[in-house]
Amino acid sequence: MNDLSNRPIAFDVAKARADFPILSKEIYGKPLVFLDSGASAQKPQAVIDAMTYVMREEYANVHRGVHYLSQHTTMAYEAVRGKIAAHINASDENEVVFTRGATEAINLVAASWGRKNLQEGDEIIVSEMEHHSNIVPWQMLRDELGIVLKVAPIDDDGNFLLDAFETLLSDRTKLVAITHVSNVLGTVVPIKEVAALAHARGALMLVDGCQGIVHMQIDVQDLDVDFYAFSGHKLYGPTAFGVLYGKKDVLADMPPYQGGGDMIASVSFEKTIYAEPPHRFEAGTPPIIEAIGFGAALDYVNGWGMDQIIAHEEDVHRYAQDRLKQLPGITVYGNAPDKQGIVSFLVDGIHAHDVGTIVDRCGVAVRVGHHCAEPLMQRFGVEAMARASFGMYNTKEDVDALLEAVKTAQEFFG
Amino acid sequence: MLDELRELYQEVILDHGKNPRNYRDLPDANYHAHGNNPLCGDKIVVYLKLDDDKVILDCSFEGRGCAISQASASMMTEILIGKKMQDAQALFDSFHAMCTDENYDPAQYPNADEDALDRLQVMAGVREFPMRVKCATLAWHTMQAAVHGDSTASTE
Repeated sequence: MNDLSNRPIAFDVAKARADFPILSKEIYGKPLVFLDSGASAQKPQAVIDAMTYVMREEYANVHRGVHYLSQHTTMAYEAVRGKIAAHINASDENEVVFTRGATEAINLVAASWGRKNLQEGDEIIVSEMEHHSNIVPWQMLRDELGIVLKVAPIDDDGNFLLDAFETLLSDRTKLVAITHVSNVLGTVVPIKEVAALAHARGALMLVDGCQGIVHMQIDVQDLDVDFYAFSGHKLYGPTAFGVLYGKKDVLADMPPYQGGGDMIASVSFEKTIYAEPPHRFEAGTPPIIEAIGFGAALDYVNGWGMDQIIAHEEDVHRYAQDRLKQLPGITVYGNAPDKQGIVSFLVDGIHAHDVGTIVDRCGVAVRVGHHCAEPLMQRFGVEAMARASFGMYNTKEDVDALLEAVKTAQEFFG
Repeated sequence: MLDELRELYQEVILDHGKNPRNYRDLPDANYHAHGNNPLCGDKIVVYLKLDDDKVILDCSFEGRGCAISQASASMMTEILIGKKMQDAQALFDSFHAMCTDENYDPAQYPNADEDALDRLQVMAGVREFPMRVKCATLAWHTMQAAVHGDSTASTE
């Protein structure tokens, strides 16, 4: 799917780091150690340049003009759809719907597919480790339509329990909506198996791919999922741009999500004929600059090769997981054999927010809080966790800096 | 770097955080409210027992949160017991300014008890940590909500 001929033999993290201007910053007089890419990743110069270029040289609204600039912007913008389709191995670029982020992508499915296809008593299955964005839209639909929300459990190590999930499936199950990679525990859910089980009962499969798109090579055809939602900003692109992948026949059967310009074939006061997917779901002026920026981000990561980036991240992640677990007084949450990119932990006797503040003053950025996964916090009986999440630019030295900062916190509260 | 942290996590705060005072239910409380800091997940309940003259006969709290919010709640309960409600309000106004205003001048709050403010001075370090101001003021907001008859206080 990617051109293998002209890329570096081995991932060079020093070279990659040099592509991200912000990483040369100092925070409180210390070199920045950024371990919060799971919330949002930093941007390489290539993305910054691509967005600046559009605004300086080639900017006009898309799909509307016959003039030079509009045509050029439209071509650059639409080319991104093909890049995304190739990146996730969609069979057709018209299966790629542009959204403002994964949250909007999921809300789109809930509002459009959900309202059309769900009736009172129908069931949707989510997992215990979903982000709020893959819980709340379904709860809103539950309250509106009287559907039933079922929750697939995990074990104490954060493993997704496939057998327990299977017992939740019924003839009323219409949708299974589950994360690919937990944003707190790092657990990789066996999506292909989950999707096969869902399909066997006639349910559709939606995947929250926010972390999956960053830490895995995604092949939506191999996974055989009906929807795959993700945000661009976690994969080194700008904010306010995301993607809903949807199978062609599923999208074709869905009504519009929002009404407005750009989503129509024709409008009269008597009747409006909607455009075909994906444009049917893209009302209004889209995030043009952001889409082009995301295209540059995809070119950037594919220039290195996702397999190379993933192997590097895996190395740093394993190191962090092992070292944190070796530190006395640390509890690591998420110990599934198959996990990626994220290590969440608590320090005995110190609230996560105090850890976060002290670690921050040591120049290390981690996220603390409930990570938009309050039900998961309740599952583990805590209010908050500290989370280190890794991007392509992180190193084992970054992990060492985190460990030193955690020791400083322990000394403060000793 | 560590100086500001030491300023924030002074011994007094660490002590109150680890061994919070008046951490208990108050069955005969006539006012109580839930305090919620959604950003952090801090959740506390503040109880007050006031007499007819609005004198705080007893004050306690329960709940979980970071060292700053626990210590602030603990110190607040100690300070408020025996005070009149209107003095508690004057104290909070001054304390809130202490935590947020770089140009804080206690002279602008002549009704606030000086001894109490001296004790609360240990919390002033949060001014350098904008994300933590809400931790320091949560208990006070909750106390205020309780007396005003609101069932919950949120820092958002």
